[in-house]
Amino acid sequence: MKRKRLLNHKLIAGAVITAFVVLVSAAGFFYTPYDPNMMDAASKFAGISLKHPLGCDNFGRDILSRIISGSGTTLVIAFCTVLIGSVGGMLAGAVTGYFGGAADEIIMRFNDAVLAFPSILLALVFISVIGSGKYKVILALGIVFIPSFARLVRAEFIKCRSMDYVSSAKLMGASDLRIMFVHILPNTMKVMLSSVAIGFNNAVLAEAGMSFLGIGVVPPDSSLGRMLSEAQAFIFVKPSYAIFSGAMIVLMILGFSMLSEGLEAL
Amino acid sequence: MKYIIRKTASMAVTVLIVSFLVFLAFSVIPGDPAVAKLGTSATPEKLVKLREELGLNRPLPVRYFEWIKSFLFGDMGTSYSYGVSVRSMLAGKLPITFCLTGMSFVLIIVISIPLGISAAKYEDTLFSKITDVLNQAVMAVPAFFTGILITYAAGLVLHLFTPGGYVSYRESMGGFLYYMLFPALAIALPKTAMNVRLLKSSVLKEAKLDYVRTAYSRGNSTNDVLYKHVLKNALIPVITFLGMTLSDIVAGSLIIEQVFSIPGIGRMLITSIGNRDYPVVGAIITIVAFIVIFINYIVDILYQVIDPRTRRQG
Repeated sequence: MKRKRLLNHKLIAGAVITAFVVLVSAAGFFYTPYDPNMMDAASKFAGISLKHPLGCDNFGRDILSRIISGSGTTLVIAFCTVLIGSVGGMLAGAVTGYFGGAADEIIMRFNDAVLAFPSILLALVFISVIGSGKYKVILALGIVFIPSFARLVRAEFIKCRSMDYVSSAKLMGASDLRIMFVHILPNTMKVMLSSVAIGFNNAVLAEAGMSFLGIGVVPPDSSLGRMLSEAQAFIFVKPSYAIFSGAMIVLMILGFSMLSEGLEAL
Repeated sequence: MKYIIRKTASMAVTVLIVSFLVFLAFSVIPGDPAVAKLGTSATPEKLVKLREELGLNRPLPVRYFEWIKSFLFGDMGTSYSYGVSVRSMLAGKLPITFCLTGMSFVLIIVISIPLGISAAKYEDTLFSKITDVLNQAVMAVPAFFTGILITYAAGLVLHLFTPGGYVSYRESMGGFLYYMLFPALAIALPKTAMNVRLLKSSVLKEAKLDYVRTAYSRGNSTNDVLYKHVLKNALIPVITFLGMTLSDIVAGSLIIEQVFSIPGIGRMLITSIGNRDYPVVGAIITIVAFIVIFINYIVDILYQVIDPRTRRQG
């Protein structure tokens, strides 16, 4: 029998790209070449040079520094979103999947209704009700992400709840809570892992899309989506501004999606 | 038949839940629509009167049923910012967004099906490897960035169209469709890449099955086998995917309208969110939701038609 490979190309490539993106943005919290919000009229639309490796934008702000700090914002939002979504989804999925019954029916109907909706649209509803800004985007996206995780965890719990190890744990007198979180939950981790990676992918995409529309992150926070929408106005003058900020988004999405595919193939 | 009835019932429930959620979301908003409407000219007497007129003092479920009833009959309320009916605001804009969505959907199908089958047919050749890499890369580019790149490449470098020079369909149908081709392409590209990949793996999986060998042994050519036998079965997962993508395409066109300055419902939605014009926001969200739910319903039914195997389980 052919042994399954422990690692695959996609996993490695995805991990390398993701590590690069995460390291660069993490470093950005402590050091950026320039203050990302510092304006300098003299270097307006400055080209690529040793002083400004990626040039400057319409206010003479250093594009490299802005991309680094913008990636940080985007990643923090994505991280918190996925955290809210996966923990919330885990709880909802575990309870409904383990106990079943009427509560399960109601919550899952509700879930299906929400899943039928494009997630960015749902986030827009939240934003129009609670207003925009970094924390509100996290809240809106986090809630929107709960149903997809819930469905996944629920399916795993349904599969596991009738397995032998669960019945024997019951015989040993383990409480429902213990069976759910100590016995079954660790078995769902493999499925969770790859969907967390794809969750990051979707969160980055959603945040960038919302900020691009001007209803996500608000200044002075910089975000890649926001930069891209600013850059679009100057595409005649300085196409490289749009290309560099867009390329960073692409790199993030590429990393997370390859990581997820790699994990799935394990 | 039983299946269709059950699906229809479940669709109706979903529509009710979604519309109630949208209604609820805009009812719990801090701030009183009556105050917003009257602005600085608000006096307590006027407020009481207007609340009475708008029906704001009735219980929530009653208001919901009033709202959904008039909504289904085409009365979507009055815009806070412009004072005109939401219906008249939407009338000229819905077809534009529908057209964009439709065009991207057609593009996805037209590009991805031949490409996906060829990628499977020439598996292990350079062509297949190049499409693999291209797919992975194109998939990672969000539609709004693709849109910006297309604006730059096709608009500014190749001068194929004037960026921002939207042509109304009332002026020239041909000009309109030609302009819409570029945003439609921007939405379609990432989804096409996903679909090519899915179709390729689906065809390869089918090609290993016995009926394919039988078809070959009866003297059919490769193309015959692929298009007449394998494609039909390989399309089943693709239809699920396309159904799921349609809601993404609708969401995608809302963003792309911003990139290409297309005056569809997407731009109206963004402006209305900025103006806190809730009747307009609510109406657009509800319409889009209804459309998405309806599409999912159609996909479920189509599934039955294409794959008789699912009928028995239904």
